[in-house]
Amino acid sequence: MLVILSVALLRMRDLFTVAMLTGIYSLVIACFFMLQDAVDVAFTEAAVGAGITTVLFLATLSMVGREEAPASRIHLPALACTLAVGALLVYASQDMPAWGDPNAPVHQHVAPRYIEQSADEVGPPNIVTSVLASYRGYDTMGEVGVVFTAAIGVLLLLGNGTRRRRDSDGDSEDQT
Amino acid sequence: MIGLLNYWVVFALMLLGLYMTISSSNLVKKVVGLNIFQTSVFIFFISMGKVTGGTAPILDEAYSAYSNPLPHVLILTAIVVGVATTALALALIVRIREGYGSIEESYIRDKDRESGS
Repeated sequence: MLVILSVALLRMRDLFTVAMLTGIYSLVIACFFMLQDAVDVAFTEAAVGAGITTVLFLATLSMVGREEAPASRIHLPALACTLAVGALLVYASQDMPAWGDPNAPVHQHVAPRYIEQSADEVGPPNIVTSVLASYRGYDTMGEVGVVFTAAIGVLLLLGNGTRRRRDSDGDSEDQT
Repeated sequence: MIGLLNYWVVFALMLLGLYMTISSSNLVKKVVGLNIFQTSVFIFFISMGKVTGGTAPILDEAYSAYSNPLPHVLILTAIVVGVATTALALALIVRIREGYGSIEESYIRDKDRESGS
């Protein structure tokens, strides 16, 4: 299902359709996360991936136009590169533990401690919340830093243009 | 063999994203490709966190097996960071459009060559 959707994304020339399909794609992925027991991730993906990202794409398209130039045959170097990477990945995946295996190395190290101790050490019954806010609080702080930097970047990139336009219009909104 | 099927779907998505990023000449399509690549990595992490017979990692008397909460936390952070980078990329595209009048890579390269020589 996901693969079909992304093939459609690749073939589509109308960028508006691409933006809408991206939203549907995110929603399908959110359903998948739900099935994989990752409820917190599912609703973040549904809100942020399907919601905000689609709005961002639509806002961009309203500024840059929605048509893609009808070029591109099959791009041979890209195809070769992609297939090479794919072969390597499948080769590497032979060593992976089977899906859902409770004895996989991922589940042996810190996760048992989070599951057993977090109710006493942190409090909330939702383990994801405890890990996010307490055990790995620095990650979340770094995330806030990244989002802040990105916001400043966007404001600098876009704010400049609008201010110049506003000045040429003789608008004095900035001084109020 | 069925145990690895999930990973192979992830690889298929990842490669589609990679191909789209390299081969598209339209900058917005490139960003969409990057997004697909990124979500494939999310699916990869969440698949690894799944435990057969486990439930969502919310403590309750009735359950004893939980899926691994650590990948969930990491991906939660990654989703938000991903949106921030997407926003920055789209802002850059808007600026490029203002500067060059197009978001097609070939057109931009031609224009660069004209002004350079």
